[in-house]
Amino acid sequence: MSRYDRQIKLTEVGLEGQEKLRNAKVLIVGVGGLGCPAAMYLAGAGVGKIGLMDHDKVDMSNLHRQVLFQESDVGRPKTVVAKERLEKQNSEVWFEVYEEPLTVDNAENIINQYDVVLDGTDNFETKYLINDACILTDKPWVFASIYKNEGQLSVFNYKNGPTYRCVFPKSTRQNISCEATGVLGVLPGILGTLQAAEVLKIILGAGEVLSGKLKLINMMQASEQTIKINKRPEEVEKIRKNGIAPVYIYCDLKNKEYWYLDVREVFEQPKPKGKKVLSIPMGDLTSRYQEIPNNQEVFVFCQSGKRSKNAIEILKNEFGFHNLKNVEGGIETIIDG
Amino acid sequence: MTVTIKYFGLVAEAAERFEEILELDGVLTASELKAQCLNGLAIADKESVQIAVNQNLDDKITLKDGDEVALLPPFAGG
Repeated sequence: MSRYDRQIKLTEVGLEGQEKLRNAKVLIVGVGGLGCPAAMYLAGAGVGKIGLMDHDKVDMSNLHRQVLFQESDVGRPKTVVAKERLEKQNSEVWFEVYEEPLTVDNAENIINQYDVVLDGTDNFETKYLINDACILTDKPWVFASIYKNEGQLSVFNYKNGPTYRCVFPKSTRQNISCEATGVLGVLPGILGTLQAAEVLKIILGAGEVLSGKLKLINMMQASEQTIKINKRPEEVEKIRKNGIAPVYIYCDLKNKEYWYLDVREVFEQPKPKGKKVLSIPMGDLTSRYQEIPNNQEVFVFCQSGKRSKNAIEILKNEFGFHNLKNVEGGIETIIDG
Repeated sequence: MTVTIKYFGLVAEAAERFEEILELDGVLTASELKAQCLNGLAIADKESVQIAVNQNLDDKITLKDGDEVALLPPFAGG
């Protein structure tokens, strides 16, 4: 008996629908709290090709919600681990791994190779990037985002429908990740699963796709609401005409008098403004350490405070820096706003 | 007129409530009510907060008795 027997029995699927799934290509951007459950259900359903994109490595603090990963995976690239796990689940699916971030340069080319994009990202700049690249390549994308106990869900750019910029025309600096605010693992589990359901409906051409609507879910309050959204044609036209409009999120520092060293990768945001902020990613420290002042206090930061701690160890042990101070809580603790 | 306000995400957090019912006087658009509701709340980027009236995204509409207004900030987590 076919492994897909139980879904083929549904009138919405059938043998024809199963064939549609087998021929479908879905790109998952961000293999985290949302991307993990989504990938598992899409692989289970027999989606022919699944692209897994993430530049991050598995951290112990991911395990409560990123259900593809195990303790022994800590430190390994998320995409590689996810592929190994998912191949065991369904060897009929082709998994393509992208161990890199989605950028203005690669977005259109990569997205063009897929039918649908599933947004598992945790930041505004990538959401706008997915949105713009999907407008330019004419692909639908399934959006979800989380804040503490609440989630938002929608399908954008589906059959010429509204896009993310039609709901939120302007980006915001308030780039608040699950790491910063906290989240129960089940919430991205619910949202990621709902995203997978939307992807399946889009592929099957079945049911009512959540396009032109924004679903709001509050897991703690056990409440949900659906807001109707309209297309803002001028927002979509702007992108069609001028191409991707990259979102750079800048922020102000509470104290501009100090020297700061940002050891995050260049694509990580928000970017603090100021003349005394040096940006040297971890990988470049050994070649660029001479740029760091050594005669006055320098505050070293990253997103959470973990990498900056390692950076200080390296700079202290290998290059004799004794003036570096770690920003324990990461960037959110030193910015104004 | 009586208007129900629903707060979401960091707006709900700053307002310390998910919902409230307001008695309002005069003629008010949705965005004017938003400004009034967010006034004094610790929200860095008020412009990014969107407004829905009776489950329709719209900031220009003039409010009437019995309307339900939702204040929706963007979420980024995943």
